Amino acid sequence: MIKLIKLILLILILILSFQKLLYANNNSLLVNKISKNLRCLICQGQSVYDSQSDFALSIKILIKNKIEEGKSEKQIYDYLKNQYGEWIVYDPEFNKKNLVLWIFPLILFTFGGLLIYRKVFIN
Amino acid sequence: MKKNIYYSILFLFFIFIFSVFYLGLDKPNSYTPNESSNKNLPTFASKELFLNDEFISNNIIKNNQFTLVNIWASWCAPCRLEHSLLMDLKAKTNINIIGLNYKDKKNNAIKFLNEFGNPFEKILTDPDGTISIELGAYGVPETFLVNSKSKIIRKYIGPLKIDNISEIIRITK
Amino acid sequence: MISSHIGYYSLILGFILSISLLIYSVYCFKKNNTKINQNIFSILFLQFFTVIISFISLVYSFVISDFSNETVYNNSHTTKPIFYKISGTWGNHEGSLLLWLLVLTLFIFLFIVFSKKQPTKYRLLSIFFQQIIICGFFLFLLSTSNPFNFLFPVPNEGLGLNPILQDPALAIHPPILYLGYVGSSIIFSASLASLVQNNINSLWAIHIKKWIQIAWVFLTIGILLGSVWAYYELGWGGFWFWDPVENVSLMPWLCLTALLHTIIVLEKRSLLKSWTVILSIATFTLSMSGTFLVRSGILNSVHTFANDPKRGVFILLFLFGLILLSLILFFIYQDKENNSQKNFFLISKETSILINNWFMMYFLSVVLIGTIYPIFLEVLINEKISIGPPFFNKLLIPFLAIFLIFMSIGPKLKWIKDNFGRIKYLRIILFFICIITSFYLIKKTSSEILFTSVLGGAAVYLLFISIEDLFKKKYNTSQVISHFGFSLFILSILFNSLFSNEFSANMKVGQELSFKKDQIKFLKIKILEKENYKSVIANFEIIDEKENVISMYPEIRIYNQPNILTSEADIISSVFSDKFMVINLLKGEEIFNVRYQKKPFMIWIWISAFLISFGGILSLFKRN
Repeated sequence: MIKLIKLILLILILILSFQKLLYANNNSLLVNKISKNLRCLICQGQSVYDSQSDFALSIKILIKNKIEEGKSEKQIYDYLKNQYGEWIVYDPEFNKKNLVLWIFPLILFTFGGLLIYRKVFIN
Repeated sequence: MKKNIYYSILFLFFIFIFSVFYLGLDKPNSYTPNESSNKNLPTFASKELFLNDEFISNNIIKNNQFTLVNIWASWCAPCRLEHSLLMDLKAKTNINIIGLNYKDKKNNAIKFLNEFGNPFEKILTDPDGTISIELGAYGVPETFLVNSKSKIIRKYIGPLKIDNISEIIRITK
Repeated sequence: MISSHIGYYSLILGFILSISLLIYSVYCFKKNNTKINQNIFSILFLQFFTVIISFISLVYSFVISDFSNETVYNNSHTTKPIFYKISGTWGNHEGSLLLWLLVLTLFIFLFIVFSKKQPTKYRLLSIFFQQIIICGFFLFLLSTSNPFNFLFPVPNEGLGLNPILQDPALAIHPPILYLGYVGSSIIFSASLASLVQNNINSLWAIHIKKWIQIAWVFLTIGILLGSVWAYYELGWGGFWFWDPVENVSLMPWLCLTALLHTIIVLEKRSLLKSWTVILSIATFTLSMSGTFLVRSGILNSVHTFANDPKRGVFILLFLFGLILLSLILFFIYQDKENNSQKNFFLISKETSILINNWFMMYFLSVVLIGTIYPIFLEVLINEKISIGPPFFNKLLIPFLAIFLIFMSIGPKLKWIKDNFGRIKYLRIILFFICIITSFYLIKKTSSEILFTSVLGGAAVYLLFISIEDLFKKKYNTSQVISHFGFSLFILSILFNSLFSNEFSANMKVGQELSFKKDQIKFLKIKILEKENYKSVIANFEIIDEKENVISMYPEIRIYNQPNILTSEADIISSVFSDKFMVINLLKGEEIFNVRYQKKPFMIWIWISAFLISFGGILSLFKRN
């Protein structure tokens, strides 16, 4: 049983370390991907990808231009964050501010695991 | 004893959560962007409306005047409301008023100006909206007050109102 | 006009009754009778009766378009079809609260009727706690959200004609969701009562399990309906956006599902007593927090109700009071000898249910923190961030794969103690075959290979394991169907997201473009004048490589009252895939932005989600 748990933990670590998404090197796919990750600032809760507002359409053109200039995905996000604030990007960064956000569920998970461990292995 | 400690921590934790929510109720939930920033007007290139020649934004900023960059379009209803205020502003002050024509057709833009007047020193065009994004704008109408050193002093989102005009006049005196 | 008076005074009467019930239940409790006083039944029924009179009056006001009633004025219109006039009653803040009250008063009455085998004092205490909630709702309704406010002079016409809200799925989505939430309130009150009366045992578990199942079924179907509506009506081709309002309905569901499993352990082995109570409290707290978050204006979302911070303060204080009460009761009455000698063996059904709860709580924490973190950040350091699908996907999907693996092992284990000597090596081989097969299938799409193939493999494996159960002599039908449904659900979503294709371009009438192996022809536009909108219907033809022709008719509706433009997608659903097309008008030109999506297995997402709830429905009819 211990072996099973170790195996599962190994799979989990492998999965988490392969989180980098590999996308085809297609520009329009990249535009779609980036715009799905951006919030349309003048809409209520829609992504730039879904929205047909002027703001969203202009952003989509801007993204395409920047990709053609050779900018990377991160550079485009940084540029837009500089213009409009972190609010525009849906993927919260992994920085000091958002540490609690990313870590809290994982800490809770570990804590739950410890509780179960105590219940099962210790009388 | 241990149980008491757990419960006290839990209780304090809930007080904290509820205080945050209580305070959060007062905050607006839609984006209210920074209306005064410390940024400079980004450099951009654009074609002029009438003559079609390329302009780089640096050439527009005069070195002893304030510049007002107003994003407008002929199809934009609120722009009509603020247009008379812009005409007023042109008459009363010597602010360098520049127009940025947003996602518009030349004929429609000219027709608009013929009907409502032309307060602009120069009119640049933004046919696909990307220049407005480079300026950090949300849409139309939007207005930027820029000083002679290219610093954005004020950003007005939505149509200009009378108090905005008074503020502009006050700042640029 | 009269109907508003009747509605209002009926509510006042109901409020008075609810307070009397609060006091009377304590009185009966102290009297130590062996059987419950018949009066309680009558008063409970009367309380329900007043609310239903009030509710019917409101419906009537909507139907006759009585604009002297402020709620009707704000949310209705004379030209609304009758079905939507009726459903408009609960499609607004005040009316929906009245619906809450209706279900609350109905359920407590039914609870007392169907709990005759339980100890009297427990039943009385349940009434007491539930009445606290009911009184709170009455107070909230009457003080901040009265559905019977008067307007004078009486307007001729109403304001409420938002076309997006006129949809059948949206009409029944709130009531069903509320049935789930109110069910969780009964579980809350009953659990607190059981805690105080030291009644948490196997018999009580059997009794409360039915209520947990009922609440769970309604909550599952309610969430499903919301997604179905979003997909078919909103026209963006998606069905789940991790929008705060969606998350707020998912959180109690996760908690309730955990409770659904934990109660089985309580029933069969009399274990996990404290944890059961904690889960019951948590489920209801999350339902109420959901109400708070959605109605107070604290969150930015596509579908928040009217924003009124004053209402938010009330709900917040009410919620705080209930949690405080639960904490105090738990502190006082927690079973001290709960650290029983009974052991949890590693390989047993109890432990696998513990593992289920462990993962469920993890999923819950991810959704919870993802939803409320922006509020905290804004209050504490005055900065705004957005948390959307990327965050949730990253944290949930890896754990989901492992969860699926445990789902294939757990249900088959025996109670108390089992051993792995029974492992069939065939199963392990099957597992790896599933992973490898899905790896090859997914490789073609060149996306996140590793973890999607593990996820896919695990889901397929679970699928097979669930079906294997059907060939055994003895099995738990509802569990098999629900777990099978869940594996199918994950698989459908996975394949849908991996193999969906989208085409997006600006087209003029008469234009023809090619997309992968299809030709998309923009044939013509038809403009029709309908009753309250102008309809612009585009006629497209999609011709595939085998020369099959499909016609699609996406539509744009231009309403004049209020001045809204909506896009009505044309969706052709089939067993294998959905074809989805939506158009948008581009400003000032005769060009349309056309979006065409091919979405495989879409309909299986709905079918499998329904299967999950169907397992729950079946369990309701099981004889114990």
